[in-house]
Amino acid sequence: MDYQAPPFFKRGPAPLALLCFYTALSLALIIFDARFQTLELLRSGLSLLMYPFQRLAFAPASLYEDAHAHFSSLNRVQADNTRLKRVQLENAARLLRVQQLEVENERLRKLLDMRTLKKADGQVARILYSARDPFSRKLVVDKGGIDGISRGQAVVDYNGVIGQVTRVFPHVSEVTLITDKNHAIPVQILRNGLRSVLFGIGNGQLELRFTQVNADIQSDDQLVTSGLGGAFPAGLPVARVVSVEHDAAHAFARVYCLPLAGIENFSELMILDPIDPTPLPQELVAAKTSPGRKKRTARQ
Amino acid sequence: MHSTHSSARILLPVRPGFIVFTVFVAFLLNFFFSNFSDPRLWIPDWVALVLVFWSIREPQYVGMGSAFVSGLVMDVADASLMGQHALAYVVVCYASVTLSKRVLRFPLKWQALQALPLLIAVQVVQLCVRLSFGVSFPGFGYFVGPFLGAALWFPLAHLLLLPQYQPVERDENRPI
Repeated sequence: MDYQAPPFFKRGPAPLALLCFYTALSLALIIFDARFQTLELLRSGLSLLMYPFQRLAFAPASLYEDAHAHFSSLNRVQADNTRLKRVQLENAARLLRVQQLEVENERLRKLLDMRTLKKADGQVARILYSARDPFSRKLVVDKGGIDGISRGQAVVDYNGVIGQVTRVFPHVSEVTLITDKNHAIPVQILRNGLRSVLFGIGNGQLELRFTQVNADIQSDDQLVTSGLGGAFPAGLPVARVVSVEHDAAHAFARVYCLPLAGIENFSELMILDPIDPTPLPQELVAAKTSPGRKKRTARQ
Repeated sequence: MHSTHSSARILLPVRPGFIVFTVFVAFLLNFFFSNFSDPRLWIPDWVALVLVFWSIREPQYVGMGSAFVSGLVMDVADASLMGQHALAYVVVCYASVTLSKRVLRFPLKWQALQALPLLIAVQVVQLCVRLSFGVSFPGFGYFVGPFLGAALWFPLAHLLLLPQYQPVERDENRPI
């Protein structure tokens, strides 16, 4: 029978055992997060704990900004003011017309018995920071679940679409930019209404993938959201085509675009209210509620 | 006579509270630098730097458990994959704890060279995790941070050991 002397010093588990344990735990977390996205509760909890410390870390920068704004010269403020007044005047005529057109459009849609378009409304949020992760393009903004933000809401600035809310914490939420490599947005070309899907590449550019070689796309074409897919309201400006490459070696043309919104250099943005998804046709709703086929429809 | 170069002077024992404080400050620094909108690839990961330092210096206080928790917090703050930082920190902390005796035999200025591969490993582990889930390589700027971190090792070591230095008192009767 083995006899071991009692240890002199109390030690925990062997380092190698600890390493195996923690590595296995981390790998499990990574796989769960990447494949099943089921760790949102853990994330929200940690985010809630971190929030005051993050605000503390941002305090010097925001203090500097406030001081800068406070002491910026009167001249600049006056110049800004006159410029903004001029812009407002320039836009006033168009805005008045838009209001009239909106009313008219609504009346005509009612006459035609079509669904009325939802007006885009939203709330202004301030960017806290852009996430330090070099593999993705994400922002963290200061509005969260408490302010009624939900996943999938579109985010815009005054030039166009910035991205989409992809994660919501109690006080903050994460916005994935349209330039992120995993982001796709349904668009159409303003000039001829050609529909396509715009993918982020990751280096600040976007690409229209799977476009036919003979498709009518020119450089400088403006792309707006098509409203398909239900995440973005229709008609928001997204990007401008910068280059179209026709290569005989490939079946598709390579179309590169630049975002219109000031992606990666702004401090305030607007989170649009969620749009109601297009209602399902009657037959599908009936099929969904009938008890016998519940499982099959749920999987579809 | 010292068998190690852990310090030319005899140090006071470390206070665990101070270790917690420095890790906390490292978190604040990481949060602070994420405030700037430019690509900040080259800014060193302060939490990794401080964790490596303490797990080499005081392996009985800082180990894989604290590395794991710090990693989770960084994962949430950076909006990266959950567990990505945790895995990197845990692996590197294990290496630091194991190499601790060896690294401390070197004089302080050479310890930075020993820490450099550890800091690079933090980035490499994270890169491997993300590449296996299909992201593109972010460029070699991603590996500048560890070199800056190693360059900061010497001043940082003095700063972190500051509370442990004791005033030099020459006593003729006790030569040590």
